[in-house]
Amino acid sequence: MAYIEAHGLRKVFGKTIALDGIDLRVEEGRILGLIGPNGAGKTTALNAILGLTPYQGELKVLGRNPWTERNQLMCDICFVSDVAVLPRWIRVSQAIDYVAGVHPRFDRAKAEGFLARTSINRASRVRQLSKGMVAQLHLALVMAIDAKLLVLDEPTLGLDILYRKQFYDSLLNDYFDRSRTIILTTHQVEEIEHVLTDVMFIHRGRIVFNRSMEEVESRYFEVSVRPEQVAAARALKPIHEREVLGRSIMLFDHLDHPQLAALGEVRTAGIADLFVAIIGSQAVAQGAR
Amino acid sequence: MNIQANTIQESSQQSQAIAVIPASRRLYWSVRRELWENRSIYMAPLAVAALFLAGFFISTGHLPSQVRAAAALSAAQQQELFEQPYNFAALLLMGTTGIVAFFYCLDALYGERRDRSILFWKSLPVSDLTTVLAKASIPLLILPLLTFAITVVTFWIMLLLTAPVLLATGLGVATVWPHVGLWQISQGLLFHLLTVHALWYAPFYCWWLLVSAWAKRTPFLWAVSPLAIAVVEKVAFNTTHFAGILIHRFGGEDYNAPFPMPMDQMAHLHPLMFLTSSGLWSGLAVSALFLAVAVRLRRYRDPI
Repeated sequence: MAYIEAHGLRKVFGKTIALDGIDLRVEEGRILGLIGPNGAGKTTALNAILGLTPYQGELKVLGRNPWTERNQLMCDICFVSDVAVLPRWIRVSQAIDYVAGVHPRFDRAKAEGFLARTSINRASRVRQLSKGMVAQLHLALVMAIDAKLLVLDEPTLGLDILYRKQFYDSLLNDYFDRSRTIILTTHQVEEIEHVLTDVMFIHRGRIVFNRSMEEVESRYFEVSVRPEQVAAARALKPIHEREVLGRSIMLFDHLDHPQLAALGEVRTAGIADLFVAIIGSQAVAQGAR
Repeated sequence: MNIQANTIQESSQQSQAIAVIPASRRLYWSVRRELWENRSIYMAPLAVAALFLAGFFISTGHLPSQVRAAAALSAAQQQELFEQPYNFAALLLMGTTGIVAFFYCLDALYGERRDRSILFWKSLPVSDLTTVLAKASIPLLILPLLTFAITVVTFWIMLLLTAPVLLATGLGVATVWPHVGLWQISQGLLFHLLTVHALWYAPFYCWWLLVSAWAKRTPFLWAVSPLAIAVVEKVAFNTTHFAGILIHRFGGEDYNAPFPMPMDQMAHLHPLMFLTSSGLWSGLAVSALFLAVAVRLRRYRDPI
């Protein structure tokens, strides 16, 4: 079942094209990483999905139009826009009371359970909590909501590595199951790599790469090419080449492992490498034009 | 595809079956939320009432001489004399909550965009309409009722505070208490608050709410911008129609004279005349329009 389906999704701000005709399909039970440089259109795409901004084109989220049917949709969708949006004046207990009061799918006991694992004091105001604690609180509120779709836009921005790791661990262990879908954006690509089931690169309002992680792992390899093999390797048309400590590292798509092993040491390409290869080369090409 | 679509519909129907939260409950929690955030709604009038009571208690020192002097006056004059501080207390508290309402409205839909917390509120299934209505209910309903409650309690405390000095000087409370028509004053006050402060002034609050949903900065300047229209009109055409509208709205209908003591105003205000006045209904229509625009704006406006 498709949780999100978009055809020709467009969004224009004045003369800036934020989304340039996106086609997209996200199934149930996926964890999709939406990755792109600053200003690529990630947040605009998420805002359209969340019914926060009007758009052109076709978009269905959980079978509904997010702009016109936003109120019903918000019972089944949850989102964390970034770490700093919890109101600073609210007390932890008030935040729980309020969400319990207005959200039909909020499980208060679950939220209390998550909070019990932290050192967050129920009587504290958000402004008294550290940034990491605010993120923990927000995550506890969100994870206690039985939503079908969870959208996380830079949920760990400005948090230290311990909190970031903890954040994704609880998301995977305590929240994710096969009937939910999570979409997340972040700049710390390496940290979420092992979490994702799918990855999508967005650049200048277009989706330039869209693969499942299995596909990524079986298709893309990086080879640290031995100096004498460089010419032979280049003949195989790597999609990207970079120099590290005097050795050429080349990224290949769709080549057999043994063939590559003859050229040098082979390893699976990481998302960050792919990102640099795909977005970086496009940026260079566009710059050269 | 059809099967999929059916599954989605079924599951969403299912989810609606589990998930019913009546709109009234969302409104209730949204109003509570406003009271959590804006404690000045009740703290300011409470503080003013406390200060007033402290001053009033000190003033009871003069009461015995006043009582003796009043013995020569007629019953009506005595009533006017002894009710004076009560009218003043009511006026003071109404002024306080008026100021609270002004600042509350200006921040209501602006503050949440400035601190980006609107993104949190919008992540919950509470519609823009519910949110704006909850915010509008503060100046339109909560503040008038709260002002009434605090003022009436203040009245009773005032009355009790006169007891020690009256008893100590041997004058007895009967010299003063029967002249203070608390029931009458309170009734008039409630009527005045609900008609004038809630209904007649509604366009002001709703304009300020609209402004707070609109402004990217300095909502205060937008809030008072209608004054600029009045000035431009005066300069350009040497007329004062718009200023007249504003003054009429602020001062009230003719039969509801603007600035004498509020309780006197009660005497001039006939319920039927008020409820059938075109000014009331046109004001309410304009208020509804302002609120509708505020709801739309909250939908479209991004955090600042």
